[in-house]
Amino acid sequence: MDLGKQFAEVIETSNSEFLAQCYELDGVPALGSLVKTRSRDCEIYALVYASGTHSIEPGRRIVARGQGATSPADVFKANPQLAKLLCSDFRALVVGHDRGGVMRQYLPPSPAGIYAFVYSCKPEEVRIFTGSLDFLSLLIDSRLPVATDEVIAAFLRLASLTHQAPQEFLIKAGQGLAWLLSNDIRRLDSILKRLRI
Amino acid sequence: MTDKMEMERRLGIVISGSLTQGVQVKLDPAKSVEDIAVGRYVAIKGEKKRFFGMITDVSLEAVDPRALVMPPDISDPFIAKVVSGTTIFGKLRVLPMQTISGAVAGEGEGPQPARTVPAHFSQVELASQADVESVFGKEDACRFHIGTPLDMETKICLDMVELVKRSNGVFGKSGTGKTFLTRMLLIGMMQKSNSTSLIFDMHNEYGWEGTSEKEHKVKGLKQLFPGSVAVFSLDENYDRRRKVKSDFTVKIGYDEIEPEDIQMLRPVLNLTEASVQAVYELAKEFTDEKWLERTLQAFESDSSGLVEKLKIHEGTWRNLRRGLRQLTRFKFLVRQAPEDTVKTILEYIGSGKSVVLQFGGYDDIAAYVLVANLLTRRIYNQWREKVDRSLAEDSKEPDQLVITIEEAHRFLNPEIASQTIFGKIAREMRKYRVTILVIDQRPSGIDEEVMSQLGTKIICLLDNEKDVDAVLTGVAGKNELKAVLSKLESKQQALIFGHALPMPVVVKIREYGSAESYKELGPLIGGSSRKSTGKPDDLWS
Repeated sequence: MDLGKQFAEVIETSNSEFLAQCYELDGVPALGSLVKTRSRDCEIYALVYASGTHSIEPGRRIVARGQGATSPADVFKANPQLAKLLCSDFRALVVGHDRGGVMRQYLPPSPAGIYAFVYSCKPEEVRIFTGSLDFLSLLIDSRLPVATDEVIAAFLRLASLTHQAPQEFLIKAGQGLAWLLSNDIRRLDSILKRLRI
Repeated sequence: MTDKMEMERRLGIVISGSLTQGVQVKLDPAKSVEDIAVGRYVAIKGEKKRFFGMITDVSLEAVDPRALVMPPDISDPFIAKVVSGTTIFGKLRVLPMQTISGAVAGEGEGPQPARTVPAHFSQVELASQADVESVFGKEDACRFHIGTPLDMETKICLDMVELVKRSNGVFGKSGTGKTFLTRMLLIGMMQKSNSTSLIFDMHNEYGWEGTSEKEHKVKGLKQLFPGSVAVFSLDENYDRRRKVKSDFTVKIGYDEIEPEDIQMLRPVLNLTEASVQAVYELAKEFTDEKWLERTLQAFESDSSGLVEKLKIHEGTWRNLRRGLRQLTRFKFLVRQAPEDTVKTILEYIGSGKSVVLQFGGYDDIAAYVLVANLLTRRIYNQWREKVDRSLAEDSKEPDQLVITIEEAHRFLNPEIASQTIFGKIAREMRKYRVTILVIDQRPSGIDEEVMSQLGTKIICLLDNEKDVDAVLTGVAGKNELKAVLSKLESKQQALIFGHALPMPVVVKIREYGSAESYKELGPLIGGSSRKSTGKPDDLWS
């Protein structure tokens, strides 16, 4: 099976989400990207909902170093140790798994393995995954530390580009959201407004 | 059927409802309420049965009432597309009327009246041609193609043999196509049922030719069935003006008029009750059949002795004189008729010919009421004897006779319906193989009992509340039909329900008047399935 590009490793994991550290500084995927990793018995699909770059030591703050430099790259050139002291990571929400070649849009039986490699998903995989919109209920009901609606909208926007008729896909997804949010018109309206591409 | 066609026909799913109120159908997001018309037929795929019903209402709904107070931003076409059918959606009310056995069209036995409703979430789709045909039947030796359902090309057929077995009514406001529709029905009766018609044609529309709304001439029954129709006329001058030759000129002798006929004319001649009473007194006084002639003579001479003898009040006498003198205007009334009109009509009818009695220039309601009542009463008596005789001799009963009358409320209003011959025919003459086809624009003016006896009612647009109530009294699903009736177009559309068809139907009446339409009627014209003596004419050559 073609796993795509390996670019990060799981460093914190649970049934519903995981934290992965990227091999490259600033190498985090876009908000709302679909990524995949492995657990003991299946492939896990997850949505990137938060990402950032920070010091590897929680107690050590990053300080500004670019005074007089012409670009941020100059800062790294002048301080090569920085690449070892900083790291980029992202959090991803588990939205489905593939066991035995069958895609299931609900939580896997076991969490992603620690140090499991994380791969980016190819457009074709995203298209296949979004062939069903059952994952929307997982997204709507999740309590994320960031604005969930932003993540939903970002994912649907990205996913729409993998479909032959992006607008049709967005309308279908919007209708799925409309069912789920039938009692929260204000929230629906706000997500729909973010779905314009 | 391809999946695409099936998707196009699919309307939605059943979400709730009852047999009496009809089921609620949630419209699919892809369907717009604006494409749905009340009166259209739908088929519902139940778990075990296929139901056939009619859309009786369309409404707009929202899953959350808050969506209506704070509507989503539908100025954005994307949002509008998303929310329509989900947050806000259309709902239909469908009255299931028939079950077509088997969940698949065309499977199993014939249609039956629906006695239950389809299960939750049954799929609803527009009825297919096969569905409509399985309910209404195909055009055949008994069924006459009367028109098409709304937005469909399928033929709706009326069982003419069943139709003529009972009295029927055609109702509608003036100008809604009653005449047009009646002409079509008469053609159907002649082609498909073993009946003969006697038509009291007040406005000269059915005999030789009629006029369409667009003011062009259309063929009358005589042109279509030259061998099976005879045109009788009351007015020779009219025939001469129109250069039409009628088969018989009707003359009625004063001696044929009875006091009952005058009683019928009371409202149109503005006679008082006392005057009608005086008519009976006069008839008794003069004893013989010449009572009317002698009364008219008495008006011209000194009648004080007669008035005094019969104790007729002077005012009553004046009222009577003014009223009865109106009859002298009618040139078809003569001292003594040269030929017996009733006998001639019965001879024609007996030989299988339908008779259209044209009133020519006498489009006066008094003339119409007088002649129609007088002739029908006498025909009724003779017909009844004929049927009794045939029953006694165990010979073949005469064919069904259908008498067509316009302005029916003049004959059948509650005050006189119990006394007039038409009331009697409507109530009990079915046994004697005589029925009436009433045409009227004020059905509320017709006696309730008579209305309830009408087998099939054909209703063009009516907007008076009383009239609508009158035609729908006692009909199942009255409120739903009311909604359908009020939305009929003002021309060429009619709601038909009753004995001759399995369920109410809104029909766009088939076209009549063009060469094409005559051709469509063609193969049976002049040589109907029955014993017509006519030959196919050369109308289409």
